[in-house]
Amino acid sequence: MLKKIILFFIILIPVNAFALIEVDITRGNLDPLPLAVSPLSIDETSRKSFEKILKKENIGSEISNIVENNLKTSGLFNPLDKKAFLQAPDIANLKPRFEDWNLIKAQALITGKVNYVDDKLRVEFRLWDVLAAKEMMALAFTTVPNNWRRVGHIISDKVYERLTGEKGYFDTRIIYVSEEGPKTQRIKKLAIMDQDGANNKFLTLGNELVLTPRFNPASQMVTYLSYFKNMPRVYLLDIETGTQEVVGDFPGMTFAPRFSPDGKKIIMSFAKDGKSDIYTMDLENRIVEKITNHPSIDTSPSYSPDGKYITFNSDRSGYQQIYVMKNDGSDVKRISFGNGLYGTPVWSPRGDLIAFTKLHKGKFYIGVMRTDGSGERLLTENYYQEAPSWSPNGRVLIFYRETKTNSKGEGFSAKLWSIDLTGYNERQIKTPTDASDPSWSSLLSN
Amino acid sequence: MRLNKILKNTLLVLMACLALSACATKKEVSNVQGQMQGDVYTGTDTVEYLADGVPDRVFFATNESILTTASRETLRAQASWLRKNPSINVVLEGHADERGTREYNLALGERRANAAKDYLMTYGISSDRITVLSYGKERPVDSGSNPLAWSKNRRSVTVKAN
Repeated sequence: MLKKIILFFIILIPVNAFALIEVDITRGNLDPLPLAVSPLSIDETSRKSFEKILKKENIGSEISNIVENNLKTSGLFNPLDKKAFLQAPDIANLKPRFEDWNLIKAQALITGKVNYVDDKLRVEFRLWDVLAAKEMMALAFTTVPNNWRRVGHIISDKVYERLTGEKGYFDTRIIYVSEEGPKTQRIKKLAIMDQDGANNKFLTLGNELVLTPRFNPASQMVTYLSYFKNMPRVYLLDIETGTQEVVGDFPGMTFAPRFSPDGKKIIMSFAKDGKSDIYTMDLENRIVEKITNHPSIDTSPSYSPDGKYITFNSDRSGYQQIYVMKNDGSDVKRISFGNGLYGTPVWSPRGDLIAFTKLHKGKFYIGVMRTDGSGERLLTENYYQEAPSWSPNGRVLIFYRETKTNSKGEGFSAKLWSIDLTGYNERQIKTPTDASDPSWSSLLSN
Repeated sequence: MRLNKILKNTLLVLMACLALSACATKKEVSNVQGQMQGDVYTGTDTVEYLADGVPDRVFFATNESILTTASRETLRAQASWLRKNPSINVVLEGHADERGTREYNLALGERRANAAKDYLMTYGISSDRITVLSYGKERPVDSGSNPLAWSKNRRSVTVKAN
């Protein structure tokens, strides 16, 4: 399913070494950078060819819409209304009249061109600093026409990276659990979609309960919990081939799976006789190792990005708290000490923070703390929400939230939401059905 | 050109954090029409019977897996019924309410079902006849979001397996 995508990157003109515009993403951005995304220009022959193949009237505009939407939802950029643009797309791409773009208060400008070449889609784009009247970046891609959405995401990533100095997160996918039906008989299916909600696909039929899917680092495999034959076990799914297999041979429930950062192991909980301990299984040699050994519930394990440490959830102190240990299970340290219960710790891909769910006085919070437990910061509060998952650049968290449909607390809906690490820019991510347990893929192209 | 508004933004983040910690509300666990003791369900609305006088389920306090006096009585009745029907095997289905994280609740459901299993075993039921299955918070009997509904959902249900 995950098509191998061949993209030819050509740097048209060497990028200026000195920084021009810069966006600081470490703070909540109340003043997003105004920028203009000019529709990618397209000649009539190319337009018609793509209309025939892709059933899109103007693929140049469609791609620029994707870029505009991505940059807007990041909260760091404010794409200006196209109606105010004075310069035609094709001319702007050759040589922008910077005074015109300055007039509408654009600080950055994206222009580009789409061509139909040998049955392929060729896209070039340029990023301009309007005030400095300089080109900041120019790139071209050639790929199969069906990849047009990904081209839009890759352009977005390149622009984001050039302007913020950090990798983007737009050419990514989300795997999640699609939910339907009454709460007492909820039907759950694995589903996958692009980060912006496009290309939604269901991966299971809903015959058995499925929970907590998580990508491997290459984002081609998923580990999840399935109640196949009423036996809750950790499974492995190859997204491309659809092959599924049970992980290990445990005489009881295995759950809470995640991959190690090198993708070679699965870490999970195994519940037996009222105790849940953390185990790993090596996917190559099938060797199972017991990592924790305690009469408490030890669950929700997550590796540090270097693989040397594991954060997990345990009630060994009496209540659910967050702990960190070495990857062999030694040196267990409790790191959460605030009021309330703490669950679902997830190590940031940058390594410096752990995201968690906190329960306190009837409310659920998504928050972050440093890996030694200091600097706890709650990003969002609600009646019920949990399970944060990091964007690959560690700047955004996706999670799910249940809300009541009326004031009596009857009915409910479950949706995916994202929030910036700064605590700003909270947004719902549209899904065709109710949704829960999101997991963010790595960046599919680099 | 730069978007530096350090002072303003830091202040706002600080204010947002303060606002978050201040608005957690206090919730009281109430005894709804005599159907709860503490926060353990004592009613019979959802209870089914394995046989005459043999209720199929026991209930738990929030975050607990300790068997109450009433639960032990129910399980003794189940044990005696199982002794009389040696060909019957059972599945103990452990559940949690919705007020917890999913993975922890899966473990909690398993722990509750095991508490029931251990008790049945002390009354002479072989572990071969008992399978434990946790649903965590995935299969509530009451879809409501209130203390009474949650108390009905914190349960271990004994289901005939054959």
